[in-house]
Amino acid sequence: MHEYSIVQALLNQCEDIATQNGAERVLKIYLKIGVMSGVEPYLLKSAFDTFKQETLCAQAELDIQSQPVVIRCKECNEETTLEVFRYICKKCGSNSVEVIDGEDMYLMSLEME
Amino acid sequence: MCVDCGCSVRGKEEEHEHHHVHDNPHLNDSKTIEVIKSLLDKNDHEAAHNRAHFDKHNVLGINLMSSPGSGKTTLLEALKDVADFSYSVVEGDLETNKDADRLSAKGIQAVQIQTGSACHLDALMVHKALHDIDLDTIDVCFVENVGNLVCPASYDVGTHLNVVLVSIPEGEDKIAKYPVMFRKADLVLFTKVDLLPYFEYDIQKEKAALRALNPSADILEISTKDIDSLRAFAQWIDFKKKMR
Repeated sequence: MHEYSIVQALLNQCEDIATQNGAERVLKIYLKIGVMSGVEPYLLKSAFDTFKQETLCAQAELDIQSQPVVIRCKECNEETTLEVFRYICKKCGSNSVEVIDGEDMYLMSLEME
Repeated sequence: MCVDCGCSVRGKEEEHEHHHVHDNPHLNDSKTIEVIKSLLDKNDHEAAHNRAHFDKHNVLGINLMSSPGSGKTTLLEALKDVADFSYSVVEGDLETNKDADRLSAKGIQAVQIQTGSACHLDALMVHKALHDIDLDTIDVCFVENVGNLVCPASYDVGTHLNVVLVSIPEGEDKIAKYPVMFRKADLVLFTKVDLLPYFEYDIQKEKAALRALNPSADILEISTKDIDSLRAFAQWIDFKKKMR
């Protein structure tokens, strides 16, 4: 259940940003969660709702965009969005690929007042 | 009615709001700002700090991850007999000093972190433990993570390499079932391979699953009963150390 630690880090980030911007409360938090980031959006939401109390985010809503894994082939430059976790270029079949998206989690934007 | 302060001024909303913007340093209207920051930004910062600390002392940091009972501590004990390099261990467990005590009994410097209920180590926990390790006297520092194939995968603890163990008695399909963890591996160690004759375990199929998921990971088969397999692991570490 590391979602709890991640939510704690998220709340700290949001409070810092809200304070820097002179906001009194955060209304909406937009996240991009990679499907291979190791975090379950459902658990993240429930952890967020538990821990947001008595913070600037108490009334905030969490908007989570689930990001599939996207790889780029180092041989032919083709980009592939993975439906199953086979890190192989769909065009040329090479496994010399780099991951462009889908393995990290990002705070994208904050709506506040 | 003014939406900001709830006063009853009507008809001149625009002018009224304009007035507020100058008077009040706080935000009047909701605003959206772009951030684009990793949720683990703080941990990643700490992790980079740990790596710089290792680099300064010319120490290779290796994060060992696996399920509980796959043989991390036993491997670290057995490695002592074959390794040309000296090493210390940062031990992570929910409770007890048992693993650190086992390693100390073999003459390996070990510092125990008790995480309480935390299911993983993070960079800050490792940072604190590193204060108790004399990096000038060692070549390699292992971080033996909490036994768990899920949570530790999300946290960079500030080592250079991730080694993930998977033992034969755990059964097949662990790689397919826990893809995030095995994606993170620089080396996957199949452990307790001396038990292969006693289990329904198709190791070639497991290796193929790993290749599809993580094409660049190295693979070794290990048994603590087979000293040559331990030497191969020690040589892999030697090689990686020379390459830095």
